[in-house]
Amino acid sequence: MAQIQDTGGQDHKGGKKRPKRGIPTVDMTPMVDLAFLLLTFFVMTSTFSKPKVMSLVYPAKPEPGQENKNSEINNAVTFLLSEDRIFYYQEMFYPEGNDKGKPATQLEETDFSPQGVRKLLTNLNRFVLEKKAGYDQELKRGQIADSTYLRLVREAKGDNAALKVLIKTDDMATCGNFIDLIDELKIADIGVIAPVDITADELKLVKAKTDK
Amino acid sequence: MAKISKPKSAPAIDMTPMVDLAFLLVTFFMLSANFRTDEVVQVDTPSSISEMTMPENVVLITVDQGGRVYFGVSGKEEAKQNLLKRMSEKYKIPFSPEQIATFGSLTDFGCTIQEMPAFLNMTGDERKRFVSEGKTMAIPTDSTNNQLKDWINFGNMEMLAVGEKAYFEAKDRGLEPNINEFKPKFVLKVDSKAEYLYAKKVIETFRDLKLSNLNFITSLEADPRKAQ
Repeated sequence: MAQIQDTGGQDHKGGKKRPKRGIPTVDMTPMVDLAFLLLTFFVMTSTFSKPKVMSLVYPAKPEPGQENKNSEINNAVTFLLSEDRIFYYQEMFYPEGNDKGKPATQLEETDFSPQGVRKLLTNLNRFVLEKKAGYDQELKRGQIADSTYLRLVREAKGDNAALKVLIKTDDMATCGNFIDLIDELKIADIGVIAPVDITADELKLVKAKTDK
Repeated sequence: MAKISKPKSAPAIDMTPMVDLAFLLVTFFMLSANFRTDEVVQVDTPSSISEMTMPENVVLITVDQGGRVYFGVSGKEEAKQNLLKRMSEKYKIPFSPEQIATFGSLTDFGCTIQEMPAFLNMTGDERKRFVSEGKTMAIPTDSTNNQLKDWINFGNMEMLAVGEKAYFEAKDRGLEPNINEFKPKFVLKVDSKAEYLYAKKVIETFRDLKLSNLNFITSLEADPRKAQ
């Protein structure tokens, strides 16, 4: 089958006539077989891409005796995760009959679809997204440098008017729910993400919703 | 009239280019191959849009579907062996040199330190069965018996030592290395079906150790912002 073809190369100088030998042939078939076997093996076993990771910075634990005193947060939304369900409320939490005279916080439900939580976050975080869109344009037109762009976006995300998100989970929530939500927050360019412990009052509200 | 010469033998195909190509590809795949490591559990990771690739020096904590916790560190065998020696001192459990050597070759494991000597005496398949058949509760993360905390803490120390060495070696060679690249990173590999409760215990353990920058392994999904 496989043959190395000897193309010319015979030396006729000097007039010595060698008896014509047969063209040397090497049967390459086994080598080809082996080469393809190895090729198949490496193609099958190699994993090309390194796994991707998503970075998340957790807030540092407060030192004992230095617990923060429930400071007022502007522009916050709190997500409460239960098994494959997601609830949220805006601003601060007010329990039933609180001393500030505010109406008790009601939970609203949304879902993980693009029409659900993504739309909600896009609306709530309009401040940052609009600013970012403006910077995108400027970057495209070459009016600002890359480093300036990154700095401006970071500043916008850290602005007081930017949306801040608290995430609380009950015992039924899965890691998938949690990561999905973080993913949505990253899509919506939320700068401040804080996974925190759920309070008993909030847990009660979630229970009331999920027990139906 | 030209004579029609009859072919003497079967028509020969010159295979040389094909062989060249085959070997070129073999070489490419051999060099680029990044073998799948032999992990103790299969975990179905959630997906995200993050395109950050996994860093080099990692402490990897795996949480499987049942909420059991596994621990692994990347890097040299020596660092892993030192890690086991530290644990052995702390928990007063002696290990033979063979067991320590075996530990150096493990990518990850999930058993209590008390089960560790027996675990290291097993063969690879036995270890897998030991884990998959639920004969162990994996690494305890309870606040009363938080062995994971020690594993992370000592693992971090060992990897910092290795990283520091590599940093100064790079500096001696006249490079300007970034110290942060040599510090270990902390990676969580959670099953998307696992209850967050279990992941939270691991996260709280990290926060107790003042390690708050965590990475979650996710599979890549399309970014909806780019699709527009």
